[in-house]
Amino acid sequence: MKLSKEQYKEAYEKLSPPSPSLRNVPAAFAVGGFICLLGQLVRELCLSAGLEESATATVVSCSLIFLGALLTALKLFEKIAKFAGAGTLVPITGFANSIVAPAIEFKTEGYILGTCVKMFTIAGPVLAFGISSSVLYGVLLWLLGGAA
Amino acid sequence: MRRGDTVFLDAPVYVRSHFACVGKKEGEGPLGACFDYAGEDNIFGQDTWEKAESEMLRIACRGAMDKGGLRQEDVGFLLGGDLMNQCTATSYAVRGLGLPFLGLYGACSTMAETLLIGGLLIAGGFAENVLCTASSHFCTAERQYRYPLEYGGQRQPSAQWTATAAGAVALSSAPAAVRISAVTAGRVYDPGVTDAGNMGAAMAQAAYETLHAYFRDSGDAPADFDMIATGDLAEIGSALVRRLFAADGADIGSAYTDCGLLLYGEEQDAHAGASGCGCSASVLCGHILPMLERGELRRALFCGTGALLSPLMVNQGESIPGICHLVCLEAVK
Repeated sequence: MKLSKEQYKEAYEKLSPPSPSLRNVPAAFAVGGFICLLGQLVRELCLSAGLEESATATVVSCSLIFLGALLTALKLFEKIAKFAGAGTLVPITGFANSIVAPAIEFKTEGYILGTCVKMFTIAGPVLAFGISSSVLYGVLLWLLGGAA
Repeated sequence: MRRGDTVFLDAPVYVRSHFACVGKKEGEGPLGACFDYAGEDNIFGQDTWEKAESEMLRIACRGAMDKGGLRQEDVGFLLGGDLMNQCTATSYAVRGLGLPFLGLYGACSTMAETLLIGGLLIAGGFAENVLCTASSHFCTAERQYRYPLEYGGQRQPSAQWTATAAGAVALSSAPAAVRISAVTAGRVYDPGVTDAGNMGAAMAQAAYETLHAYFRDSGDAPADFDMIATGDLAEIGSALVRRLFAADGADIGSAYTDCGLLLYGEEQDAHAGASGCGCSASVLCGHILPMLERGELRRALFCGTGALLSPLMVNQGESIPGICHLVCLEAVK
């Protein structure tokens, strides 16, 4: 081969088409925005029904997680996500999908060794960082005297 | 006789029969009508994807044996491999066949690798008939190498679609319409590609080097062939092979194609093209060998390419080595 590794890299990068951002970004914006709109709708409903602020936040999260899980189980989430990209990945629906998808997929290896062992393979890092950072910020808050 | 990396088979080795068994998407593709068996779905009556791949391969093995009139005692060796850890699909497919079995792993180059070794076994007089197989399944490959099927994500445009397909070729010392005249075992080349979503680029150098070695060893030129088909380089890898030959001031010519470009149509959303052991195996069994048998091709080079990808090593920051094995096929008359 006459090309150096650098020339080879340059050649295949030139031949590899980039992701179609002009299509992907508006799709992510529209679908992601729609999911947020759904969340807002649930929130307004809860508040108008007289629910407290903190309980409302929980209901909103739970309903969107349920929706993500349901759509994953119905094999629809993957189709929407293929169109929406980050639009479904970034909201909490993406988190639900990342747990439910392996849980369904690895059911063939049994509920314990399949579903339970594998269900956090994708979401694991999110949980690890999420929980650690909440502990860290909690300690910081306590040290700074912010905790009542 | 060996010259360089190429072994020219003095004792004739013929293609006695072949059988391609594919999944739904492959059956709906441009080569759909060429395959011996196309499933109505991808599960082949089984309850898991792994068992489905084994069943698909079992259909291909039995099909090739039936078409070649081969009974269990006629087959000296079964050589086969797939993409799954522990060569699972192949081991379980051959479990009930009762044949002397050698499991091989060459990633997507496996079909060419089994033909190469099978050809040598027959030419060496160690067997009269050898069954060579390779298989892959989109669903078993996705969950081993990438994400669960229902995970919502977008694939990058350079990604390839693992074919749900299996091919079986029965090689024989008894004369038939197509023969293997030479084989070149590839060396491992690593051009430093670390992107597991661009495997065509990881394999292209190996394809170029093996083709280059064959042309050097044989004295043949690309123009001496009616078809030069690499394994599953798809759009980026095959364009890169053309580019590498052009850098030498050579032209691989219009006979050059790639199995990864032939299996799916534009509208089938396979991104850069097809991949997986089953891709080159099914294109060989359903398309290339029948064309040689009908006399539409006189000489063809079948070059299986494999990205020796290990998700473990990619996570350790390593690049992806590639390999390519070449088999020279000729119509006898």
